[in-house]
Amino acid sequence: MAVSTEIQAPRSGRIAPEYKRHGRSKGNFEMFAWLFMRLSGVVLVVLIFGHLFVNLMVGEGVHAIDFGFVGGKWADPFWQVWDLAMLWLAMLHGTNGVRTIINDYAEKDGTRMTLKTVLYLASAVVIVLGTLVIFTFDPCPAGAAADLLPSFCRA
Amino acid sequence: MTAQNTEPVEPASKVELAPGIGGGGEIPSYDVTLRVRRYNPEVSDEGHWDEFKLTMYGTDRVLDALHKAKWEHDGSLSFRRSCAHGVCGSDAMRINGRNRLACKTLLKDLDTSKPITVEAIKGLPVEKDLIVDMEPFFQSYREIMPFLISSGHEPTRERLQSAEDRERFDDTTKCILCAACTSSCPVFWTDGQYFGPAAIVNAHRFIFDSRDDAGDMRLEILNDKEGVWRCRTTFNCTEACPRGIQVTKAIAEVKQAVLNRKI
Repeated sequence: MAVSTEIQAPRSGRIAPEYKRHGRSKGNFEMFAWLFMRLSGVVLVVLIFGHLFVNLMVGEGVHAIDFGFVGGKWADPFWQVWDLAMLWLAMLHGTNGVRTIINDYAEKDGTRMTLKTVLYLASAVVIVLGTLVIFTFDPCPAGAAADLLPSFCRA
Repeated sequence: MTAQNTEPVEPASKVELAPGIGGGGEIPSYDVTLRVRRYNPEVSDEGHWDEFKLTMYGTDRVLDALHKAKWEHDGSLSFRRSCAHGVCGSDAMRINGRNRLACKTLLKDLDTSKPITVEAIKGLPVEKDLIVDMEPFFQSYREIMPFLISSGHEPTRERLQSAEDRERFDDTTKCILCAACTSSCPVFWTDGQYFGPAAIVNAHRFIFDSRDDAGDMRLEILNDKEGVWRCRTTFNCTEACPRGIQVTKAIAEVKQAVLNRKI
């Protein structure tokens, strides 16, 4: 009887199924996500500390903050753009961070999908609502009851 | 038979040593408790801890303690080791919660007043005691094509390289594939899909080699969603590497290379 002299490589091709990668991902999404985290992080440091400095330190500092202070800031296109950039960058930065955490820690595909759907919905609501407020904010809406308006509207 | 075969008499030492010096004094010995994580799928699906009380010497390593436990106390204790001198990369294990080579960890450098815990490296399927299935680890290594790929004609002589070009990837040539880095990576622990630091280090070794022509292919492979972008720069890998490779730095350089190629 012929004896096989061929020696099989140990465990050749036998990889525990949970370690198998399902094909290759296409595109550069993860690369741009990574790059966005770095760049938005740097910009956010400037935006957030600028925001905190102007609101809390300049002039009367924290005591100056009231409805009128915020109304005044959003009447200025400079602060509208500043706050808009801060809102969008912070929301996308945070959403991407939580997306990463969900990808890492969700064990089932179903859990992962559900959590990410909730995350994206919540982010979209905040971004849309925030953008709307920044651009349409009117401290003295026409036709509002006089006792609901701040004092400077009567001037 | 002839005078040629007799060994010459050793010449007398030129320095007279005072008695007691250089004579190899007694090596201090002490008792250590070794707590080893045991697992035998033929007996139980659950692992358990075994304690071995051993008398060890000041020159001993964790590997010597494991040998003593296996040879004198419990022959069923299973672990991998080959060269026992920090080169083959067989005996990476989790010692006192840190990934290291048992053959490079001296007992005297650990706190011997407390039990020394020894476990299998994390993130890979345990087969028995301290032995894990390394196949997923090697699969990632194979995927990055860890061999020279050159285009054009085969040169008739050695492929020469300047000292500077060699220096570029010197650090990552030191890898011994012990898996201490990959199995210390919290991202790899989550689902085992990440290529892992070791595969990226070995890709780095060829990507930055001036003689290799397949850098683009390797960068494309590592631009995967399970590739370099899953690195969170926790530096666990750099800390775990028994060869002192700056693993996280190598990963960052590969990220940079992918970016430079795309943008």
